[in-house]
This record gives sequence, C-alpha cells and structure tokens, in this order.
Amino acid sequence: MTALLNVKDLRAYYGQVQALHGLSFSLNEGSLTTLLGANGAGKTTTLRAICNMVRSTGAIEFEGKPLNNRSTESIVRFGIAHVPQGRGTFTNMTVEENLQLGAITRSDKPGIVADIERMYSYFPKLKERHTQQAGTLSGGEQQMLAVARALMLRPRLMLLDEPSFGLAPLIVRDLFGILGKINREEKVSILVVEQNAQLALELADRAYVIETGRIVMSGAAADIANDENVRKSYLGY
Amino acid sequence: MELFTNQVLAGIATGAIYACMALAVVMIYQAIDHLNFAQGEMAMFSTFISWQLMQWGLPYWVAFVVTLAFSFAGGILIERVLFKPLTKAPILTQVAGFIALFSIINSCAGLIWDFTIKQYPTPFGSSPFLGSQLISTHQAGMIGITVLLLIGLYFFFQYTRVGLAMRAAAAVPESARLVGINTSWMIALGWGMAAAIGSIAGMLIAPVVFLEPNMMGGVLIYGFAAAVLGGLTSPFGAVLGGFLVGVFENLAGTYIPHVGNEMKLPIALALIISVLVIKPAGLFGRNIVKRV
Repeated sequence: MTALLNVKDLRAYYGQVQALHGLSFSLNEGSLTTLLGANGAGKTTTLRAICNMVRSTGAIEFEGKPLNNRSTESIVRFGIAHVPQGRGTFTNMTVEENLQLGAITRSDKPGIVADIERMYSYFPKLKERHTQQAGTLSGGEQQMLAVARALMLRPRLMLLDEPSFGLAPLIVRDLFGILGKINREEKVSILVVEQNAQLALELADRAYVIETGRIVMSGAAADIANDENVRKSYLGY
Repeated sequence: MELFTNQVLAGIATGAIYACMALAVVMIYQAIDHLNFAQGEMAMFSTFISWQLMQWGLPYWVAFVVTLAFSFAGGILIERVLFKPLTKAPILTQVAGFIALFSIINSCAGLIWDFTIKQYPTPFGSSPFLGSQLISTHQAGMIGITVLLLIGLYFFFQYTRVGLAMRAAAAVPESARLVGINTSWMIALGWGMAAAIGSIAGMLIAPVVFLEPNMMGGVLIYGFAAAVLGGLTSPFGAVLGGFLVGVFENLAGTYIPHVGNEMKLPIALALIISVLVIKPAGLFGRNIVKRV
C-alpha cells in the first residue's frame, strides 16, 4: 500500500512554546487512522500543522507532494478536508449554504447539486432543516453538518478533530457508523483525533498514541485495543 | 402637510446617499472589524476623478463607469498596500492608518484640484420630478440609483458563489480558509466594492453639496450614524438607517426651533450616542451570541 500522507519529524510551535517534538507517522490510502492521547498531548496541533494553521517545521507530504509553506486554503485544494474542533459551523448561514461552502472550490454545478442531495440522504435531519440557520441546530446536528460540509469537497483525506466532543453516546455511535461507511464506500481516507479511545479503536484500522508531542505507540488498531498495558497507561480505560 | 411630505421625500433622497456611505462602512467593518474613517475621502477623490474625466470631454455615464472601475481598483490597492501589512497590528495602529489615509487623500485632492468649490453636473437635471413640486429629478435619480444598487448587492451576496464566499470569510475566517476560500483576497474585494459604492454616493451628492476636498465630511458622519443606527453587522439595517437618518435630519431641521443648518451635524452625533447607549447593536444588528 502507498502512503497517502507522510509526516516526518514534525515540530510545531505556539509562540515560544513547542507543542510537537518531532512527530512522524504515515497514513495509507483508504485507511481510517486514529490519533489518540490525553488532553494537551498534541493531537489537535498535529491536524492544524497539516493544514498549516500553526507554525511548524518538518516534512509533510501528501501523495508525495510537500504541503509545507502552502497556505491553508491552497492545501484544501489538494483534497484535504479538515473538520476542526468546535465544528467551525457558519452559524448565521443556512444549512444549505454551509454545504455549498464546502464545495466552494469546485466548479461542477450539477455535481454539487447531486452531492447536496447525497448528504441529505446520509443525514436526513439536515434535509429537514436545510433552510434553517446552522447556529440553531443541536450539537449533534452541527457535527453532522460539519462532516457533510467536509464531504462536499469530495476529499481524498478527511481530518476530523474530536468528532465525539460534547455529543450524547447514541449520537456518537450514529456518527461513527457513518464515518466508517464513508471510509469504506466512498474511499475517503480518514485521520481522526479522539479522546474517546475505545470507540475510535473500534472504528479505525490503524492507531497512533501521542504523549506530550511525541508518538509513543503505533500499530494496528485491534492490537492496541487488546494491549492492556497501553490501554492502562495511555488511554485510561 | 405639503411641507411635511416635501421634507420627508427630500430626506429620503439625501438618506439614499447616507445609505450608500453606511453600506460602504459596514462592508469594511464586516471584513476587518474597523470603521474606515477615510471612506468619505475615498469617495471624494473618486468624485474628483469623474469630474476630471468630464472636463476632458467624456460623457457623464462613461465617466461614471470608469470612476467605478477606478475606485474598485483603488480600494483593492489601498487594502493591499496599507492594511494587509497591518492585519495583525493593534487596533490603535490601524486607526492611525485610517487617519493617515484620510489626510493623505484629502491633501492630495487639494494639491491636484485645489480647494475652490466646483460645480458638478447631474445627469438627471433638476426640474420637478413628474411635474410634482415635492421632489426634483435629481433627488429621484439619487433614490433610483441607490435602490438599484441595493438590489444588485442583495443578489450578489445571496445568489453568487463569490458573494457567499465573501460572507463566509467575514463571518468565520478560519472555517472559510478550511473550505478553501482565500480570505485575504475576500477582504481586498470588500475594500474594492466599498470604494466603488462610496464613489457612487460621492458622484450623486456632489451636485447638492458641490465638489471640494471637504465635501464628504458631514456626509460620512451621517453615514456612520446610519450604520450605527441600523447595526454595524447588518447591511440591510445600515441602508434603512441611512434613510431614517436622512428623514430625521430634515424633519428636525424643519420643525425643531433653532436647529437649522448649523445644528444638523450635532443631531447626527447625538443620534449615534443615543443608539450606543440604548441599543448598542443597532436596530437590526446581532448581539453576538453563540450556542456551545
């Protein structure tokens, strides 16, 4: 298998503070990989560094092409859709406008219209509310909308930052089910950052564990889930 | 009664100009969260350009369109050269930038065209509109052009992809970048459009206030009053605020004793202060609240 995303010796900084200390990992085409770790371990920073939203050094390659020193908006055009922490909803716009914004870099109008309908079939709640202001949706619906907005790009790779955050367990199950389906059926590779390690490991095929800006463990998701020591020391369940 | 109707209609006509200025102010405010104090001077300079083009023999509407294009490009240029480097600067630095821009444009206009008052033509003439004594053809033209402009802008922001992208960039810049919108250029585009809208206001009001480098001082303050009244976060509110301020100004000048021309400007300032005290978000502005 070829690596879709290759990260080598990634170091990231917030002002003087170094948040990542030489992180290396890779993600295979078609894979659903998860980055696990405690609060403040550097998971979000890793995703932000990939999209050049934080100052970083090291090599980030997507399909063999370097992403360093490119602007966030041009990285999106490679087919990398980032669902940020807090969902990044355009709250004062309608649900449908949010979806159209997801496809703002595309110019195939019929394809966009068809994709909006496809999103409504994935997430029927969004169809019910398509003229409603996105800020009035519930947390779960906003997360659905954020995922749908990212898919409107027709991405090769989707970066998800804590999709389960603040959602009821049943809704999280639902959402993760859909993510798995997207990964299998639409061949979208997914890199998901999660605090809910148990759930993420069920979903993912590969996992990395981060602690204070370093990778401390990597392997098949099933192996990591079965390793009691790893679970106890890093994942806390 | 006829005096009243007359004053209301005249108020709506000047209100159209305030609406344009308020709209220009709101467009830049939405994009960069600051009031552009130089908006009036930019409009004044544009108006001089159109006057110069007409002096060189171009017909009014050709000069009008060329001036729009010039102002649009000029607005973008000002943003790229002066304000893009200041994006992350503290607020006072930016305010200093606006004031510098104000005096640079004002002095340049004085240097090039001097400070003597000039006549400025109107394409609509100044005969009574439809034979009525209530409103002149120029006033009707001011209202007409403003309404057309507003309809055009509404469709641009509501139904075009660039309009959608500009709204997104102003609302949530980080998310806008994450869907691939070049937010920096959207801000520049906002400056260009604001400058063009301001130039329309300048060219329409110049036959009334005459052309000179300080012609927009009062107009801009009314524009600010209109924007604050309607709500700085609401383009629709700004426009309605413009018309309200225009009517209010005229009625106060007519019916409140001793107000007259000298006291009209303080009325605009009093209006700004009252709105800020009573309803800081304006009539149609949003209080920024978020669901978490």
